[in-house]
Amino acid sequence: MNCRDVYQFLHPYADGELDLVRQLEVEGHLSECSECTDQVENLRALKTALALPSLYHRAPAGLREKLQLPIQPSTRSPRRTYARLAAVAASVLVLLGAVAMVASLASGTTADDRLAERVVAGHVRSLQVDHLTDVVSSDKHTVKPWFRGQLDFSPDVPDLASQGYPLTGGRLDYLDDRPVAALVYHRRQHAINLYTWPATDAPDRPVRGLSRNGFHVRQWQRAGMTYWAVSDLNDQELDEFVRLFRG
Amino acid sequence: MHLDPDTRRQFEDLTLPHLDAAYNLARWLTRDDHAAQDVVQEAYLRAAKYFASFRGGDGRPWLLGIVRRASLDWLTKHRQRDEVAFNEVAHDRGDEESNPVLLAVRKWDQELVRQALIDLPRQLRETVILRELEGLTYQQIATVTEVPVGTVMSRLARGRQQLQQRLSGCPEGGVR
Repeated sequence: MNCRDVYQFLHPYADGELDLVRQLEVEGHLSECSECTDQVENLRALKTALALPSLYHRAPAGLREKLQLPIQPSTRSPRRTYARLAAVAASVLVLLGAVAMVASLASGTTADDRLAERVVAGHVRSLQVDHLTDVVSSDKHTVKPWFRGQLDFSPDVPDLASQGYPLTGGRLDYLDDRPVAALVYHRRQHAINLYTWPATDAPDRPVRGLSRNGFHVRQWQRAGMTYWAVSDLNDQELDEFVRLFRG
Repeated sequence: MHLDPDTRRQFEDLTLPHLDAAYNLARWLTRDDHAAQDVVQEAYLRAAKYFASFRGGDGRPWLLGIVRRASLDWLTKHRQRDEVAFNEVAHDRGDEESNPVLLAVRKWDQELVRQALIDLPRQLRETVILRELEGLTYQQIATVTEVPVGTVMSRLARGRQQLQQRLSGCPEGGVR
C-alpha cells in the first residue's frame, strides 16, 4: 500500500472499523511512513478532544419525569429509578448467570470463565448500589496511598486523563477469594472498572477479550499482577484504554 | 395510548437507559436546552407509538433515529437555519498553531472544541456526535441517519477535517 491507497482507510483505521487484513496492511504502511502516522496521531488527538466529558450533554434532572410515557406517576427520584432499572438488569443477569452455570456444567467451563462472570457481576453491582468508589479522587497520588492502608499490595494507578480516560476513584472489592483493588476510570458517561490483584501464577499473559451479557471484558497478567477491565464501553475504546493503561 | 404492564416495562427497559444519549443528540442538533427537552419528550411519545414495530436488537440506534427525526422536525418548524456560515474572521486564530503535529500535543481548549462542533454543518455534526460522543458503529450511524455506510464514512472524514482546520486556526485547509 502507498499513501494514496492508505488515505481512504485512515479514518476507519482510527475508528477500529477495518477488518484484520486491512488493518495489518495499514499498520505495515504506517510503520514506514511518518506522514501518514502524523495524520493518524492528529486523528487520535481530535478523538481525545471530542471525548471531553464536558462536551456530553447529560439529560437534565427532571426530564425523565416530564416524559409522558404510559408509565404510572412516580415519586421516585431519578437515581432510585435508575437503581431500580439496574436491579432489573441485575436480576436478568442472575437469571442469565444461572443459565450459564447450567451450560457450564454441561460443557465444562474453565475457572477463568467463571471469574469473568464474577468480574462482570461485580461491575454491575458497583453501578447498581451506587457504590462505585470508596475513595473519590481524580488524583492518582490520593488513590494509590488509600489502597496501601487497605490491601497487602499496592496497585499501579496510571493517570490517563489527558488521553480521555480520567480516573474517578477507587474501591475495595472481593474476587477470586481475596480482596482486590478496583480502579474506576470513565470515558464520557461510561464507567470502566479495572480490577487488579497479585497473580497466583507467575507467567505474563497477553490481553484477551471476551464479552458477557453485553459487557466487554479484557484480561491480562503482567509482572506478577492479574488485571481485569470491564465496561459497557465499545470494544475499540476499551482496547484503547487497555493499551494506554499498559503504557 | 395504552401499553399493557409487561410491554410498558419492556419499553422502559429499552429506552430509559438511553435518555442521556437522546438528550445529548437532540441538544447538539437543536443547539438549545429547552428545544432539546421538548424534542426528547416528543421522541419518547413517538417511540412508544412505534414500539410495536421495533424488531429487537440494540435499542439505542433505534431510539436515536427517532430523536433525530424529531429534532429535524423541530428545526423545520422553527425555520432555524440549519447551516451556520463559518465565520472565518472570528475563527482565525492566526498561524501560531498551524503545524498539525502541534494539534496532538496541545492542550485542547474545551470552549473552542465546543464552538467548532456547534459550527459544523448539521449533517457532519450529527455524524461526528454519533461516532465520537455516542460511540456508535458506522453501520449504526447509517441506520440512524438514513444514509449508506459510504456516506457516513465520507461525512465523518469531512467533519473531522473541518474540525481540525477550525481548531488549528487555518480555515483554508491547512491540515492537509
